[in-house]
Amino acid sequence: MKRANEPVFWSLFGAGGVVSALLGPVLILITGIVVPTGTGMPPEAMAYPRVLALAQSWCGKAALLAVISLFLWHAVHRIYHSLHDLGIHAGAGAAAVCYGFALVATLATAYLLIIIGF
Amino acid sequence: MSARKPYVRPMGGWWRRNPFFMRYMVREASAVFLAVYAVILLAGVYRLSQGAAAYEAWLAALRNPLAIVFHGIALLAVAYHAYTWWKVMPKTLPMLHVGGRRIPEITLSAVGWAAWLAASLIVYALVRGL
Repeated sequence: MKRANEPVFWSLFGAGGVVSALLGPVLILITGIVVPTGTGMPPEAMAYPRVLALAQSWCGKAALLAVISLFLWHAVHRIYHSLHDLGIHAGAGAAAVCYGFALVATLATAYLLIIIGF
Repeated sequence: MSARKPYVRPMGGWWRRNPFFMRYMVREASAVFLAVYAVILLAGVYRLSQGAAAYEAWLAALRNPLAIVFHGIALLAVAYHAYTWWKVMPKTLPMLHVGGRRIPEITLSAVGWAAWLAASLIVYALVRGL
């Protein structure tokens, strides 16, 4: 019997759901509104040396990879299943595009975090 | 022989007919904003890997008014996702009992919302530099 792959994707969806429900709004607020508009936080909060130090630490690498990849695994799972709600009969091709995108983005993030160094 | 043409019930706009379905679709649409935001962060990591000048250009792009408007909408959308995530969380758990009584769903949701608030305050303080 062919094993269903849905539990794998659902687990990633669930993990991404938890991480985005805990950290999504505050991260969007900080990187998208507070720092760009220069309100509520000193501009050095996201200055190059500080963010580089974050991306060069093991903890920072793990956090960046977890946030970026799990947000995407969560989002593509929802988008893929929403195609049905929009009356689009999504098949294996749509699944490959959605999950493939999350996979490529995960690998790209991991690669970039490695070449950023330690 | 003509090809079969099975009847497919039209689905256009079904979710606009009921506030419950509207809220469901808004929640589902929040995933699009979450995905775009993750790609923006990925672009930031890419620019970071290219050095200080490239990273500064990424920061400058975030100061574009359109970028700020996008993040404002994304904040509302993802906050709505977070609210609903903890609201339905009790339904995904086995029934939990304390002292022979089932823990009410609203109590479990409140724990989730409190964790969301605590995590947000901790991250904000950490990024701000305490």
